[in-house]
Amino acid sequence: MKNETVIQNQALDELLIELFNKEKELLTTNDIEKVTQHRNEAMASFKQTGFPNSSMEQWRHTDLEDLLDEQFNYQLRPSKADGDIEEMFKCEVHNFNTEIISMLNGWHFSKNGQLHTYPNGMVMGSINAAMKAYPDLFNKYYGEIADYTSNGFVSINTALAQDGVFIWVPDGVEVEKTMQIIKMIDLEENLFVQSRNLIILGENSKLSLMHCDDSINQATSLINTVTEVYVGKGAKLEVYKLQNLNDNSALINSTFIKQEADSNVRTNTLTFNCGLIRNNIHVRLDGSGAHADVLGLYLMDKEQHVDNQIRIDHNVAQCTSNELFKGILDDEASAVFNGYIHVARDAQKTNAYQNNKNILLKPTATINTMPFLEIYADDVKCSHGATVGQLDQEAMFYIRQRGVSEANARLLLMYAFAADIIENISIEPLRERIDTMVKKRLRGELSICEKCVLHCGAPEKEYHFDIDYSKI
Amino acid sequence: METNPNNAILDEVTKGEYKFGFYSDIENDMAPRGLNEDTIHFISAKKGEPEWMLEFRLKAFRHWQNMVEPKWAHVKYPNIDFQDIIYYAAPKKKKELASLDEVDPELLETFNKLGISLDEQKRLSGVAVDAVIDSVSVKTTFQDTLAKHGIIFCSFSEAVREHPELVKKYIGTVVPYTDNFFAALNSAVFSDGSFCYIPKGVRCPLELSTYFRINAANTGQFERTLIVAEEGSYVSYMEGCTAPMRDENQLHAAIVEIIALDDAEVKYSTVQNWYPGDKQGKGGVYNFVTKRGLCRGRNSKISWTQVETGSSITWKYPSCILMGDNAIGEFYSVAVTNNFQQADTGTKMVHIGRNTRSTIISKGISAGRSNNSYRGLVRILPGATNARNFSQCDSLLLGDKCGAHTFPYIETKNESSIVEHEATTSKISEDQLFYCNQRGIDTEKAIGLIVNGYAKEVLNKLPMEFAVEAQKLLSITLEGSVG
Repeated sequence: MKNETVIQNQALDELLIELFNKEKELLTTNDIEKVTQHRNEAMASFKQTGFPNSSMEQWRHTDLEDLLDEQFNYQLRPSKADGDIEEMFKCEVHNFNTEIISMLNGWHFSKNGQLHTYPNGMVMGSINAAMKAYPDLFNKYYGEIADYTSNGFVSINTALAQDGVFIWVPDGVEVEKTMQIIKMIDLEENLFVQSRNLIILGENSKLSLMHCDDSINQATSLINTVTEVYVGKGAKLEVYKLQNLNDNSALINSTFIKQEADSNVRTNTLTFNCGLIRNNIHVRLDGSGAHADVLGLYLMDKEQHVDNQIRIDHNVAQCTSNELFKGILDDEASAVFNGYIHVARDAQKTNAYQNNKNILLKPTATINTMPFLEIYADDVKCSHGATVGQLDQEAMFYIRQRGVSEANARLLLMYAFAADIIENISIEPLRERIDTMVKKRLRGELSICEKCVLHCGAPEKEYHFDIDYSKI
Repeated sequence: METNPNNAILDEVTKGEYKFGFYSDIENDMAPRGLNEDTIHFISAKKGEPEWMLEFRLKAFRHWQNMVEPKWAHVKYPNIDFQDIIYYAAPKKKKELASLDEVDPELLETFNKLGISLDEQKRLSGVAVDAVIDSVSVKTTFQDTLAKHGIIFCSFSEAVREHPELVKKYIGTVVPYTDNFFAALNSAVFSDGSFCYIPKGVRCPLELSTYFRINAANTGQFERTLIVAEEGSYVSYMEGCTAPMRDENQLHAAIVEIIALDDAEVKYSTVQNWYPGDKQGKGGVYNFVTKRGLCRGRNSKISWTQVETGSSITWKYPSCILMGDNAIGEFYSVAVTNNFQQADTGTKMVHIGRNTRSTIISKGISAGRSNNSYRGLVRILPGATNARNFSQCDSLLLGDKCGAHTFPYIETKNESSIVEHEATTSKISEDQLFYCNQRGIDTEKAIGLIVNGYAKEVLNKLPMEFAVEAQKLLSITLEGSVG
């Protein structure tokens, strides 16, 4: 395995540039022409900008210096998994039947072959294999919205990414089963992973997707994911992102979504554990009648850091968007929220709502919130709000008065605070599971002990706080 | 129609040209164009300043040379050639003046046109006025009355001469010359301004006021205001400004520093009406101002109220540093932009002391092809236990070619603090207009009415004299934005 990885002994950006030049042949093995061209252009852009640093306005509150000073390995070829891979990725959520697509250390891994066509016409598999099979789709969609000049992580991903997930739902196909992408990191050494996803929803199609990021051991990993999502006319998409990595992991997630007329997208980013997370979500509402719900919940403690950068472009008239991010910060955790709603000229009848609510539990926790609006049309309804506060003391008193211990009362209030987001999960077994996870997380019992975020303890048993609700 | 007195306001509104665009032919004493150490020596010598003041300027200038012009604001303008500006232009003094009668009649005429006849103001409203034309303070009224209370209210250069110990103690303590590009520039070349000192326990019996005017062509105005409120004192300070209509852009880079000690309260009101440029966006004043108040003492309070209607570009963030325990910071703002005006304005509230409170109410109104941004920072530092902030930033759009933007920054490092921010963006609803029309109020007037109602929360905070002017200004600025 050693000869498949590159050991870093110089600055990460220099190393990556060198790697690109040296291994170009390997990187472009499966490429169609367009992808290779993108790689070259993105690399040129990366050479100019390098990785973002905290003197850049958008990265002001997220310091990457220590992270980028780490020594990382880089896997140019898929690793051979030890043990039973099927067993490793098995997900046993009660009553929750999903179709799993698994990625190990950034490489697609499946018994069904690299690309699988389902009876309903949906295609799912490795982006690598899909490139050769569907060059037309790639020529039309690949790299069109993921602007590699937007930051160094997108450019280095565009230049270097070798694998990722490809999903194509043809026109009119409604996928009943939830698709579940499980990305797992299992390596004793530090690892830098590039992962590139392309998801295409045809007209009037429907898909729900769950995207789990997990790690098994405590090594430092840096996962840089770029996802492009195209949602055709009248299509419906639900995305759940579950982020539960070890405290040493860093996750840079850049998601670009383009919505056509009357499409409906709901993304739900649930951050439970990770060293450093940066979620860039950029939604373009390009067809009238499109609607986007961008929701998020982050429960952070220790020295964890989460940075949510959400940009919604209202490019045409009569689109609506709703953005709600809630967070509870304990210990020395820090969080950043930067929402950006951009309403273009003539995007009349826009209705956009943006809200960020935070609870700080310790004097050492930090929150930086920046809800921005940029509006160039007059017939619009846009509002935003942001709050930072504590648990409601009066509510606390009310509950304690009824004989509930302080610790439990706190749990109950925090749980109620998070419920706004949980309620919005439309897949019932998933909602129940997340509900349990939040409860566990709030009690500090959720750990990276098990294989997958959804494997928390005995999955069949419901989880309750020790509270006698009848008293309340 | 013209004879109907009821239409007077409407007439005034529909004329809608910049009222204060006259140019007074006052002989000027100017520095040579351009900026180098010689210019600074020239200014300092002209003002007969002591060595320490010159040192301060030179230090600022040397620092400025290594700074770059900030580009983060949401405004666009061609690069400013800082060597193409005249940094000092003073009305030529013929001799020392003892009374108003001896003032250059041309100058008096200027004030009359401004509607701030010093004489009249002195008699009627009891407002003490310090008028700064181009760069030099021309006349400060009511000094005798103020002196009785021990209040010092004079031009900045006079303060440097008469009260060097006070100036030396406080200058640059709130806005150091290293603060930002324009603050450094101002610290290097400031020509005059106002100085105000309220002694311990004194409640200033008058509203103090400064009127600024850029008169000469190609000049920049760089005034500096310093207000010190000693323990338990109170002062209300007003500031107004106008400039002639010129095709080229003029630069205005001022600094205002306020220091409030224990239990002191300072209320600072501004009606900013620099020349906004014509309807094609030509000309106008670049208003790049650093205003900051330091609530140094316990229970101190600083309140900013501003009505921003002028300037082609406004770049201004009156701020409060709430250092003392229980200190209060307030910011009330109405910013109106029309035609091609651009405004990027807001506030900073930095909570350092315990139980500090701040309120931000900002109302932006955009019309024509203008862009109006609110940019504000609320920062709660770890020591600011029980800090409380409430911000509300509303934007009103009149027309579909303008832009309204909100950029709030909230940084909280204390778990016991409560910070709330809310903002809305909307246009004047058809219902409201219909309601007014139905009752015989035409659309233009109705908009004036609705806008005034929308801004009322802020206008109410202005001292009486200013409130009337501000309301009129609102209507004038918005003239022609209907339909």
